[in-house]
Amino acid sequence: MGNRVGIEVSLAIAEAAKLANVDVVAAYPITPQTHIVEHLAELVANGELDAQYIPVESEHSAMSACLGASAVGARTFTATAGQGLELMHEVLYVASSMRLPVVMAVANRALSAPLSVWGDHSDVMAVRDTGWIQIFVENGQEAVDNVLCAFRIAEDKRVLLPVMIHVDGFHLSHVIEPILFPEQGEVDQFLPPNQYPLPLDPSKPVTMGDFGPPIIYSEAKWAQEVNLRAAKEVILQVWNEFGRLFKRYYSPVESYHSEDADVLLLTMGSFSETASVTVDKMRAKGKSIGQIRLRLWRPFPFEEIRQAVENAKVLIVLDRALSFGGPGGPVCSEMRSALYAQDKKPKVVSFVGGLGGRDITVAGFEEIVNRGIEISQKGSKREFQIFGVRE
Amino acid sequence: MPKSESELTWKDLNIGLIVTEPGNARQYQTGYWRSQRPTYDFNRCIKCGICQLFCPEGCIGQNPEGYFEADLFYCKGCGICARECWTRVITMVDEEE
Repeated sequence: MGNRVGIEVSLAIAEAAKLANVDVVAAYPITPQTHIVEHLAELVANGELDAQYIPVESEHSAMSACLGASAVGARTFTATAGQGLELMHEVLYVASSMRLPVVMAVANRALSAPLSVWGDHSDVMAVRDTGWIQIFVENGQEAVDNVLCAFRIAEDKRVLLPVMIHVDGFHLSHVIEPILFPEQGEVDQFLPPNQYPLPLDPSKPVTMGDFGPPIIYSEAKWAQEVNLRAAKEVILQVWNEFGRLFKRYYSPVESYHSEDADVLLLTMGSFSETASVTVDKMRAKGKSIGQIRLRLWRPFPFEEIRQAVENAKVLIVLDRALSFGGPGGPVCSEMRSALYAQDKKPKVVSFVGGLGGRDITVAGFEEIVNRGIEISQKGSKREFQIFGVRE
Repeated sequence: MPKSESELTWKDLNIGLIVTEPGNARQYQTGYWRSQRPTYDFNRCIKCGICQLFCPEGCIGQNPEGYFEADLFYCKGCGICARECWTRVITMVDEEE
């Protein structure tokens, strides 16, 4: 087992990419992700990482260069955030549809306007349907571990899909945490070399990204969908193996004091740790409350999440993104869809908060829970509740 | 006997629809798109080949008698050959006729 070091989470993510021995990094700097690619550029320039670092003129080009690199079978990494992720948008679909195992860290950031470099999940939710595997992490250790797992998952021949690791901008990307880095030998054992089955190779030519007329497009899309859903089994296997080797275990849905709880609070990302403190505090006061953390956003873990919430009376979902003119929070919307046809299900209350870097404190989560319980009893005229807005 | 395009299921496809057989775009029958087809009065043809030069599909070649003629497997029926032919060999006719 390696050493525990104090390091900024962004730099730790870059170090994880180095441990994964990436071949190509094509990236464009954007707050709050910049430190990740800056550190990777440094590692390459100093000769500590034998990789091609491609400085590009935009995120659209960054992802496009990643596609080319991945297509020749190179292990490919990039990182972005907010507007950068949106500028990549169309290329994200190409990566997943061409089945190229690119790994990308996203330092989740709010979208303009007004210009905001601070964190929320607006950027993620806009790329929800791009066909990428999407994993949320809560702290620096989880970020490092899941970058390593991401390559293993993405490059598995049963998967061959790109993976996003979502790291909350600033709240997570810019904090200094004690991180346990595995030894290079351990990583090499866990992560075999990338062997893309049909790479671009002049001695054995292939055409990639060709056009698909109506006679074949539907079949191509269905193959992609079946594959993304089936990827869950591989994700579970990889997390289990990671746990066996490194003693840190991950699962698609994580529960905290939820087994006997009447009220459940569902969170994603770094705010989950704050919410856990609220759960401890409220349980100490005798409230029957627990917490569900959704780690695997895509493929959506329907069975696990249904099982996790079926015994609760109330489920309060916090979203850090707004679906304008729609149901409020995208995560809550999906939870309602997942539960609608179930016989046994909790009442679902939707909250949207923590937008554009606005913090939610332990007391804030307590207020969300109390208001949520009240709404579950009395109802509300609103589709969703907005938290922390001066009205 | 390989499956035709219309028989392929999603399970038959290569990952990411990767094409492993070079040059198989030849099998793509763009002639399906046509609503008009060229017809020829070769008595007027001087074998100049201007139709071949202008054909955007590149589907015009010389037949055994040396006359220039479109390959209807690929011809999309745009009619540029008929417009450019100065001896008026080519007449476009509707496909349903």
